[in-house]
Amino acid sequence: MSEDLLNIEINGQPLQARRGAMIIEAADAAGIQIPRFCYHKKLSVAANCRMCLVEVEKAPKPLPACATPVADGMKVRTRSALARDGQRSVMEFLLINHPLDCPICDQGGECELQDVAMGFGGDISRFQERKRVVKDKDIGPLIATDMTRCIHCTRCVRFGEEIAGVRELGATGRGEDMEIGTFVEKSVDSELSGNVIDLCPVGALTSKPFRYSARSWEMVQRSTIAAHDAVGSNLHVHVRRNRVMRVVPRENEDVNETWISDRDRFSYEGLYSEDRLSAPAIKRGGSWADVDWDVALDFAANGIRRVVAERGAQQLGALASPNSTLEELCLLQKLLRGMGSSNVDHRLRQADFSDQDVAPLFPWLGQSIADLELLDAVLLVGADVRKEQPLINNRLRKAALRGAGIMVVNALEPNFNYPTEAAMIVPPGDMPGVLAGIAKALGVRGGKRDKLLESAQVEPAHEAIAERLKNAGRASVLVGAFATSHPQAADLRALAGLICEAADAALGYLPAGANGAGAWLAGALPHRGPAGQMLADAGADAQAMMHDGLAGYVLLGVEPELDCWDSAAASNSLREADFVVALTAYRTSEMDEYADVLLPVSLFAETSGTFVNAEGRWQSFEAVAAPVGDARPGWRVLRVLGNLLDLEGFVYTDSQQIRDELKDKVGEARADNNAAWREPSRLDGKRSGLTRIGDVPVYAVDPVVRRGKALQGTRDACDARLGLNATVAAKLGLQQGDRARVTQEGGEVVLEVELDTRVPDDCVHVRAGVPGSVGLGPCIGEIKISKA
Amino acid sequence: MSEATGRKSDSLSAHAREEIDRWLERYPSDQRQSAVLAALQEVQHENGGFLTRELMDGVADYIGMPEIAVYEVASFYSMFELKPVGRHSISVCTNISCMLCGSDDILEYIEKKLGIKLGESTADGKFFLKKEEECLAACRSAPMMQVDHVYYEDLTPAKVDEILDKLE
Ligand code: SF4
Ligand code: FES
Ligand code: FES
Repeated sequence: MSEDLLNIEINGQPLQARRGAMIIEAADAAGIQIPRFCYHKKLSVAANCRMCLVEVEKAPKPLPACATPVADGMKVRTRSALARDGQRSVMEFLLINHPLDCPICDQGGECELQDVAMGFGGDISRFQERKRVVKDKDIGPLIATDMTRCIHCTRCVRFGEEIAGVRELGATGRGEDMEIGTFVEKSVDSELSGNVIDLCPVGALTSKPFRYSARSWEMVQRSTIAAHDAVGSNLHVHVRRNRVMRVVPRENEDVNETWISDRDRFSYEGLYSEDRLSAPAIKRGGSWADVDWDVALDFAANGIRRVVAERGAQQLGALASPNSTLEELCLLQKLLRGMGSSNVDHRLRQADFSDQDVAPLFPWLGQSIADLELLDAVLLVGADVRKEQPLINNRLRKAALRGAGIMVVNALEPNFNYPTEAAMIVPPGDMPGVLAGIAKALGVRGGKRDKLLESAQVEPAHEAIAERLKNAGRASVLVGAFATSHPQAADLRALAGLICEAADAALGYLPAGANGAGAWLAGALPHRGPAGQMLADAGADAQAMMHDGLAGYVLLGVEPELDCWDSAAASNSLREADFVVALTAYRTSEMDEYADVLLPVSLFAETSGTFVNAEGRWQSFEAVAAPVGDARPGWRVLRVLGNLLDLEGFVYTDSQQIRDELKDKVGEARADNNAAWREPSRLDGKRSGLTRIGDVPVYAVDPVVRRGKALQGTRDACDARLGLNATVAAKLGLQQGDRARVTQEGGEVVLEVELDTRVPDDCVHVRAGVPGSVGLGPCIGEIKISKA
Repeated sequence: MSEATGRKSDSLSAHAREEIDRWLERYPSDQRQSAVLAALQEVQHENGGFLTRELMDGVADYIGMPEIAVYEVASFYSMFELKPVGRHSISVCTNISCMLCGSDDILEYIEKKLGIKLGESTADGKFFLKKEEECLAACRSAPMMQVDHVYYEDLTPAKVDEILDKLE
């Protein structure tokens, strides 16, 4: 490789640089500062601001360092008289039209223009003319605009085109009339849009929810891990007086690169929502009272004891959010098991657990996040990866732009920001059939497989997908949230496994929540203890607990009517239980009804803990802000409960001890997806009537996100509606805008009809996790519709 | 999200599509955006001299480029009008050579004659006095103006009368 390294000299310092690198890259690597506005290492070179002018020996005039490739023996001077003169002049030009409103600008104090002007500019301007004024644009609830401040670096435009994959912003007009904007009245809707706030070197694009709430120098910057998806984006949290003021990315090339999703950036507003529970409360004789922690904990412990004594340990169960920390999940399962029950689960949106005993140590991505970029073919099974895991999608997008074939099997066609090669959009009940077709086309056979695939129909489309997977250098099948909540999820997993085996592809799962993988490791499962320890007697899974009804429940960060697979069953079981302890950050009217004690627990940023991301990376964090009111970290609450219940093994002084203990247990054990699925003996294709497609929208995935005010104002935040195609609508005698009665297993709601060509025949689209569908049954299952 | 009510390119006439297709043939198939200028010109011509958002969106859809990229082109080039304008487009060159030869007077004369200012259209929708054109490369016979794609040179007020009065 050494012939690809060139010798150059910057400011007299001898350096080596890769052939083809720009001067600015070599300087950055050596820590030599060159001012810049338009250059960004993750974006294409535009070279339009000219701030990076440097002197290059033998060049007659200063050259832009961001667009000048290094050459062997090149001698660069970044602070010579020529370079400085160039930089000062460019700065003077840039300031001709830039307003002097720094005192009221949110960017003040962290503005690249301010910094560079201080470091490289002159101290007076010779321009006395009037400055131009540009009208601000309303581009949605996340990003505030002050377009007069724009210096036309086009970073935001290039971000849209190159990273977000949707060109929403552009530079219209010419010369002095050039403006950055959407040109027409329109919001910027990308799930990564907030990154332009960080990219914008000036205060033209700033955070709308944060606007005018703090100055940058009043805040301290602390580190944590994002709490909503399986990427585990690294974050910086900006805190003032122990309150989270805003969230920005912390660079980690292996995980989130320099980006974060809008969900991770703006969800912090949910920490301070009005229904935040600030003090423990207990229900006695049907009425609620705020009490001290001691009283509440005693009350909770006594209630749990009573359930076990009177109804038996098997009547006690626990449901945990997959966004809980490893430590919380560890203690929760320990508490339950200490009481003699293995009824504990975090797989709230699943229904088919039939293959759980052969599952891997934890279902994971099957490869590193960064390696996704190297894939040549990907089959996405029941995955709206762009909304589920925005930054995993970003890696797949890079693969797709490199030429990888992205193929889809799903019930609703997701919106992609890159080209896909094939999409099999079928009713949920037909998804196993499609995978079987692909498996058969791949030549899967032998033993019981022949029988299994006997009736599988191989269509040309299946063959094409099979070919593409098989001929790819690196291929992967990724199983997403919709497939995981499918009533035949085990079949889908098995068929995906068969496909991977035959096509030599990596089988990957997109785990739920921020810590789905960690929940498996912690043993928040009915059939396995911590570190995958097999248990002789499996407890009840999440579905069984909700469907059969237990006498007592412990809830950790869950709003069951929104977070569970079957909203109706969840609400009913909880309402009928004798005793419900809710460790929760919020207080809702539903909780008031079903719970007996509410214990306020900390949310992300307020607690220390660990998340394990999709690739199995353990990321621990400290609390970075004070919990609201009297809330306490969940692991502490569980520790005290364990002590009050006289259980063994609840003597921890900090959360790290819990993690280290688990880490020792896990040791070198690795999760192997590819060997871990059970071949079904037959595919059961029964299907009658209409099927509900109940996916969970991106901003409805967990209690915190659901309370993110700004996120809830975006176009991606949507409530339930009855989506159906024209054929189905005609059959049901429904028209756009009609109100329809939607019934599922006793639950009934009235929804507005929306015609949607994306919904396949025999199906209706009724989202889950949103208020409008609370009280309905399974998110994928039979549904009845009539005109209201 | 809801039922697609046809494609955005439906806003283009059959003739416009044919014209655009003709241009598309001249460029490599992965460089379709190269035809955008010609496409916009054709569509503007058919639409009486200006573009609408529907037409620009139609072009974007037909060629397969982001809408904003079409807006960028349409708003950059002065030959595109984004608001309704008069039938006959008059561009008086006011650049250096023409200015030295009296273009300011010519312009003033036209403004008075038509009763409109630069950038405006006459109430009867007949004339549009286009704003500031750059040098139109006819300096040799300055002052000059361009009316509906035709160059008129060595202008005098009398000549202006003659040219404009002839128009329907
Ligand atoms: S808005 Fe900001 S990022 Fe976009 S072009 Fe202007 S200065 Fe650059
Ligand atoms: S940073 Fe080099 S021209 Fe803008
Ligand atoms: S200056 Fe008018 S044509 Fe050149």
